[in-house]
Amino acid sequence: MSRHFTPKVITANDLMLGDAIWLTEDDRWTRDIAQAELIEDEAHATIRLLLAQARPEIAVGPYLADAKPGAAGPQPIHFREAFRTRGPSNYAHGKQVEV
Amino acid sequence: MYVYNDFDEAFVRERVAQFRDQVERRVSGALTEDEFKPLRLMNGLYLQLHAYMLRVAVPYGTLNPVQMRQLAYLAETYDKGYGHFTTRQNIQYNWPKLADVPDMLEALADVGMHAIQTSGNTIRNVTADHFAGAAADEIEDPRPVAELLRQWSTDHPEFQFLPRKFKIAVTGSPTDRAVTKAHDIGLRMVRDASGAPGFEVIVGGGLGRTPMVGKVLRAFLPKADLLPYCDAIVSVYNLLGRRDNKYKARIKITVHENGIDTIRSLVEAKFAELRPAFSGFDQQLLTQIEGHFAPPAFRSAPTDSYEAARLANPAFRSWSDTNLSAHKAEGYAIVSISIKKHGATPGDATADQMRVMADLAERFGHGELRISHEQNVILPHVHKSDLAAVYAALREADLATANIGLVSDIIACPGMDYCALATARSIPVAQEIATRFEELKLEHEVGPLKIKISGCINACGHHHVGHIGILGLDRAGVENYQITLGGDGSEDATIGERAGPGFSADEIVPAIERLVLGYLDLRTAPDETFLQTYRRLGMEPFKALLYPTSAAEEKANAA
Repeated sequence: MSRHFTPKVITANDLMLGDAIWLTEDDRWTRDIAQAELIEDEAHATIRLLLAQARPEIAVGPYLADAKPGAAGPQPIHFREAFRTRGPSNYAHGKQVEV
Repeated sequence: MYVYNDFDEAFVRERVAQFRDQVERRVSGALTEDEFKPLRLMNGLYLQLHAYMLRVAVPYGTLNPVQMRQLAYLAETYDKGYGHFTTRQNIQYNWPKLADVPDMLEALADVGMHAIQTSGNTIRNVTADHFAGAAADEIEDPRPVAELLRQWSTDHPEFQFLPRKFKIAVTGSPTDRAVTKAHDIGLRMVRDASGAPGFEVIVGGGLGRTPMVGKVLRAFLPKADLLPYCDAIVSVYNLLGRRDNKYKARIKITVHENGIDTIRSLVEAKFAELRPAFSGFDQQLLTQIEGHFAPPAFRSAPTDSYEAARLANPAFRSWSDTNLSAHKAEGYAIVSISIKKHGATPGDATADQMRVMADLAERFGHGELRISHEQNVILPHVHKSDLAAVYAALREADLATANIGLVSDIIACPGMDYCALATARSIPVAQEIATRFEELKLEHEVGPLKIKISGCINACGHHHVGHIGILGLDRAGVENYQITLGGDGSEDATIGERAGPGFSADEIVPAIERLVLGYLDLRTAPDETFLQTYRRLGMEPFKALLYPTSAAEEKANAA
């Protein structure tokens, strides 16, 4: 049994708008983390990250972020990733009002 | 103020055209992100948590009304209706779209502005005393030399790839409002025995991961030697500065590791070599630049109406007691416009507010505006007879908060609400502290107190030099806030001392409240400031305020 692997999502910033995007199971980029692919296997994560990195025309700086399953889909674990799903806390700007 | 000549104009336009082409090539796929990133950073374009961010240089914090209106236009057209004034006298836009950035840069070029060298391992925007040209205690206006340094450092072929970023600050006053001792090079104007103005040159100051107070490299440098001497410092650093470790690459570490005496002898040797090559053109240029900064035609008028308005309107009196500073010209005052309304984001101004400030500068302020590193806007030259009108207009625009230098005049970096490097949020902490002290109605009684908040160790919020500094960190996936006490960014620059374990996001505002209310009991008289009380008593009584339980336990154990 390999060591414990925390599930991941692949996330990046959109080239044109700069906002947070997540990779879906069917190779699209979504602005809603709940629609992202929750990756539970380390080897699969590596392959998916390579795919994301091969699409620089959309995604800037893709990386693997820890996530957990939720009722509607994957949810962030770290507060930084949670902020990326919402936007800033000082104004109702960004995803909290746009998505 | 300085007006672009044909060379500046052509240079900035060419840069915009280059960047437009670079963006097109990135979008078409001809450039990879790895290739594009250094190009966008050279032009001040960052990629943050939720969007791109464009950092526009406000050279030495000086703006004219036309420029301020253009900043308002950018905020409205390409952002969400506001801009964020930073702790380095710049302005940042938090929501530009990549495709719009070349147009934004073009609009900046239209008013003699740019975003060049607001990022990267280059010499960044040269900052200056925000009261330059107006302060009563000033030897000379430092902005002409700041402009000379800007021209020298912009696109300087030798200094585009330094070991790390490089920041220069200049002040013309003995009272240091430019935090010169926390810069890579700090220049403080002083006079020699004969009364001639020159500079005390300070090197190796900086905050961040390893905070250091700058050291005096040269006690007196004649004004005419400034460029070759700065050239010598940066040349020595360029060769000696470490490139193996990003965290040891700033000149403060170079000075620390090699010793100030070694650095001095290397700089002096390089200076001796460079000085003869400076045959006087730089001084001719400086004379031309000085012409651009000639003082305005101050008028002479009675100030009775100002005194009458102060008597008639307590709110105006409170604002004028708090937000005005002494001006060198008879009958004038320096107005600090607080961009720190209680509960609002420190440093954020709306497009409408920018226009109001531009109009006021034009009508009542000899056409000048300044951005302070404390994230406020200054009208440096207002005649006292116009202050009541200025105040009324500011009030209309929600810009009349009377809190300059008080608890709620907080410096805060964007923190994790925007910044990709941040480890915690800083804006909500600033908002909550200001709101709480407004509820308590105590800040005027508390008096001068500088709270500074950074959302990561890089210290853009200058927390090390806050009388109370707050540093936001990520502790095991939770925001945690460390407090430092006794920091000071003035001519007596001191790095604050860490008080103890950090506080959670819920605990930090009550902790600050305990500290400030407790200080009221500790001070000997109402005019003993927080910093003076701290210096008199040291950390212990403040620690007891911050950690009441552990202090009580210690007492019980001792009994």
